[in-house]
Formats: sequence, structure tokens, C-alpha cells
Amino acid sequence: MARVELNEVAHSYLPKPKQPSDYALKRIHNVWEDGTACALLGPSGCGKTTLLNIVSGLLVPSRGRVLYDGKDVTASPPEKRNIAQVFQFPVLYDTMSVFNNLAFPLRNRGMGETQVKERVLEIAEILDLTPFLQKRAAGLAADAKQKISLGRGLVRSDVAAILFDEPLTVIDPQMKWHLRRKLKEIHERLKLTFIYVTHDQVEALTFADQVAVMFEGEIVQIGSPQDLFENPEHRFVGYFIGSPGMNFLECTVEGTVAQVDGTSIVLNEETAAKASKAKGKLEVGIRPMYLEVHAESADNRVEAKVRMVEDLGSYKIVTLKLAGNTLKASLPEDQPVPEGRAWLAFPLQWTRLFDDGWLIK
Amino acid sequence: MEKWPNNKAWLLVLPVFVIVAFSAIIPLMTVINYSVQDIFGPGQSLFVGTEWYRQMLGDYRLHEALWRQFLFSGLVLLIEMPLGILIALAMPKKGWGVPACLVTIALPLLIPWNTIGTIWIIFTRPDIGLFGAGMNNLLGIPFDHTARLLDAWITVMLMEVWHWTPLVALLAYAGLRAIPEAYYQAARIDGASAWSTFVYIQLPKMRGVLTIAFLLRFMDSFLIYAEPFVLTGGGPGNSTTFLSIYLVKIALLQFDLGPGGAFSLIYFVIVLLFSFIFYQALQRVGKGEKA
Repeated sequence: MARVELNEVAHSYLPKPKQPSDYALKRIHNVWEDGTACALLGPSGCGKTTLLNIVSGLLVPSRGRVLYDGKDVTASPPEKRNIAQVFQFPVLYDTMSVFNNLAFPLRNRGMGETQVKERVLEIAEILDLTPFLQKRAAGLAADAKQKISLGRGLVRSDVAAILFDEPLTVIDPQMKWHLRRKLKEIHERLKLTFIYVTHDQVEALTFADQVAVMFEGEIVQIGSPQDLFENPEHRFVGYFIGSPGMNFLECTVEGTVAQVDGTSIVLNEETAAKASKAKGKLEVGIRPMYLEVHAESADNRVEAKVRMVEDLGSYKIVTLKLAGNTLKASLPEDQPVPEGRAWLAFPLQWTRLFDDGWLIK
Repeated sequence: MEKWPNNKAWLLVLPVFVIVAFSAIIPLMTVINYSVQDIFGPGQSLFVGTEWYRQMLGDYRLHEALWRQFLFSGLVLLIEMPLGILIALAMPKKGWGVPACLVTIALPLLIPWNTIGTIWIIFTRPDIGLFGAGMNNLLGIPFDHTARLLDAWITVMLMEVWHWTPLVALLAYAGLRAIPEAYYQAARIDGASAWSTFVYIQLPKMRGVLTIAFLLRFMDSFLIYAEPFVLTGGGPGNSTTFLSIYLVKIALLQFDLGPGGAFSLIYFVIVLLFSFIFYQALQRVGKGEKA
């Protein structure tokens, strides 16, 4: 078990990186506390796997240091780091039985056969693999195979952290849910540090206590799932988390009012004051679930056209046109949707302002 | 079982059937036809039943050639399989070295078989050959593949290994390249040694291509003709007379079509039988339920 710390880490796959775009990871400075379940969330190609491979030691970063419990392990190879990694596709030793697969990391480290047996049986019990122990690993279903990959990490009692690289990609939807719960259960039981890479927000938000959202080689925000939803610090977090993602409207700020193509949206005074110093592109952002859709005009409401209504059963997604911009609102199932014209209200506490993608706060 | 009402689809098989008939079935029937007759000349023949089969099965020269053939194929597999895998493991994985290695290694495979025999005749000649003259004059070891049994075998084996190990190496290399990187990463994390990685990841993952390599090398080496025929002509004495060389001697040089036909069929059955046995055995390797 360990606290994993990344100190000013950057990585480029090129031998002599020159400009920032040569870097797959720009600057990562982050600590994962011992025993937490963390997720790394981001789109394909944002550097998640690179970061994970740096933590596991499969890659040595171009710059910066990796510390386990304060000890510098940057130069240590994976076998010296006491970490385990579960890959996207189940990695098994095909010719071996499930038992031998689980025993493999222990035998490689020269553990005695009696201890090996004891440890393997214990872990097999936790993972519900006991009935398959004598079977050949190659013949099992994908979810069982993935559990074996995980088991090879869990058997080692000295394991500092377990890293998951999109481990549920090849699992059937039904088993996905089951396996995710199993992971959560194992985390609660063994209190290991879990670092989980995924591009699926549902996976990340349900699995982790702490989610780091990555975008173009950087961690743009770290926080609890609720934090990420309610207080996105970057445009990308707003867009990537939540379904549908946050609405953004390009605007200019005059006094405490944001002007969007001739319509005015009232802002929080403090935010508006700070916005006057902003230099970049300004955008108003609001989550679809906080955007109010009314049938009548009133103060501080702006007129919009209703373009489309998608009924998803438990809620409805309304597509609206405000001047030249498209907005989405999600409404509870029982609320009627006005036809043709609607008046939108932007509640003060949920209306955010972004300067060049970053939240003004 | 229910019968299909319309069986016209069978007609679609006809073209293939005709081609196979001309390329395989008719020649094979001719051989079978020869093998049960004593042919004196055009239009003059006598049905002799299984006589030629009995004669050939009891022919001590055939027995000798058969054992020679087994020894040869056995040595070929014993040397070429491990050597091919070793070469594949040593080959570069990326960069300009990959195409350079692939082309260099594949070169022997592109040379016509008769030419290979000729190359090795010249290469091993005691008077002017690089190898032969080098052995005799520089190292002082007498070497003459036309006169000494062991030298003839060494030369034939060297030629065969030089000619065909590249095929095994290329197949093994393809198999190695197809292993996803995650397997090696997992092995490193599990603390596996290089040997364990080879035994538990690389070998099992290469099983498919190695089965093909094994069968191809077995069949080809069992049927080998042109290279040893050109190089040694089966000699000195009969020491490198393999089955195919002996068969050609009977069927074409002595023109004994009957015994030649019987021999051909026996030869064919042996190759088929062993290929089948090897295939079955190789399919089962590593599939046992072991604890």
C-alpha cells in the first residue's frame, strides 16, 4: 500500500521534444493518497495510458519524478515497484491453469509452495474463482479472465497500488456492472490504492472517490464526482461529464450582464467583476439540468425556440435555439414542454463564466 | 435427415472437381493402375495384384532409404526448429534493421533448388570451393563430400539448414510480432524471467505458426529431391540416396513402372500418416488440464 506522488512529470515519445505539442503529457503534479480509489478520466489520446505506464514503471518519464511513499522510484523497473496492472484485454498465461496463473507472480518471487497455495486460495475466494482453479485459464469467459488478471496483482501481499487500464472494455454490459461492483467491494475490503483509467464517465464516477479529468496531456480538474458535475473548473470538464454535457454560449460582459447575440443573461456580481479583467474568450456555461424552461415570459427570462424534444423515459432532453446558439435542457418527465417558443431562466448559482476555457471564480 | 428438394447447387462444385481431377485424381489413378500391373510395353500389360507392393515392402534398399529419410527429416526438424526460433528472437523489432534482416534471411528461399545444389557443389569443392578448400588447405581437415560418407551428410545437412531455416525463422518472427505488448508488460510486472516469458508467453502464442512450420519442414524434407540429387547424386555409394532419389531411379531410370507405382503410393501413405500424427499431437500440446 502506498501514497503515489507524481512530481512535475512530463513525457514525450520523441527523443528531443521541442514544443509543447511534442509532449504526450504536459505537466502532471499530483498525489494519490494511500488507499483511495482514483479514476483518470479523459478521451482517447489524452495521455491517460501514458500516465498509467509512468506510474507502473513501463515508461520512464522525460521529466519529473515518481514517488511511492516519498521514495523515488522513477528509475525502478515495474518488477521492483510492487504494483500490479490490469490491461484493457485480459492477459493470461494460456497454457496454465487458473491456479498457476494466480501463483505465477508469487513463484517468480521465490515464495514457498505452502504459502503460495494459502495465498492463492484466499484471493480466489475473494474473486469467486475457486470453482475454476484447476481449469485452464484460456477457456474461461472474458470477465473471469479479467478477474484472473486482477488476481495476479492481488495475490502479492506487498502490492502498493493496482492500476487498471480500461479493464471493462471487453466485458458484456451485464457483467460490467457486476465486475465494477466487485472491484468496489475489493477496494473496500483490502484498502489498496486503485488507479483506474477510463474514458467512460459512468465507470469513473461510480467507481472512484476521486476523479482526475485529463485533457490534452494535462489534468484539468481533480475532485469528487459531485464536484466535477457541479463545479467544473474547465470547459472540457463541463462538456465531458454529464449527459448531455454543459451548454456554452460565447458572450461579452457588460456590468453584471452577459450579452449573448443581443440577449442578456444576468450574472453573479462577483463573477462579473472578475470577468472585466479577463483577456480570453468569454463563455457562459450552464448544465442542462439547471437550465429552466418556462412557457411564459418574466423578468430575467430570455426567449428561445424549441427545436426538438427527446423523451428518455425518466427525463426529457429539449433542444433549444437561443439567437444563433443551440442549447440543451433536461427536464423532469412530468414537466410539460412549451411548444414553439419558450422562456429560459439561468439561475444565478448555476450560471458559470469561463475565460479561455477556465472557470472564473 | 431431411433431403434438399433442389440439388442443383452441386453443379457449382463441378469446375473445381474437373480441375482437381486433372491435377490430382487422374494422375493418382494412373499410378494406382501401374502399381497393380506388369507393363512390358505399350498395350502389353499383365495384372499382378499386390505383387509389386509385396516386392517393394520387402526391398532392403527401400528400407535403407526410408531409415535414411527418417534420420534426415529428424535432424532437419531438430536443428531447424530451435535455430529458426532463435533467429526470430534475435531479430530486431523495429527500425531499418527489420526489412534488412527479413530480406537477407529470405534470400535462400528465392533461389531455384537446382541452383542451390550447384552453389553447394562449388562451395564445398576441395580444390576451389571456399568451404572445401578452406577446410583442406587452411585448417588441414580433409573434407570431400563426394568421397566420404560423413562429409556428404554434413554437406547435405548444412545445405538444407541454410536453405530452409529462414522459412521457420520468418514464420516464428511473424508469430512473435503478433503478441500484444501487454503480455510482455504483464510478464515484467509479474516478475517473470526471460525464460519464463519465453516458455509461458512466446512459445504458446507461436504454437499455430510453429505447427505450420513443423509440418512444412517435415513434408518438404521427407520429399526432398533436387538439392541432394544435384549435390551428391545419392552418393557416395548409396549413403545419401533418399526415398525420392531411389524412386526416380526405379521409375524413370530403370523404367520399372509397376514397382515405381507401388513405391509412390507407399511413400504417399507414409507422408500422409506422419503429417496427420504430428498435426494431432501438436494440436494437443499445451492443452492438457494440468494443475
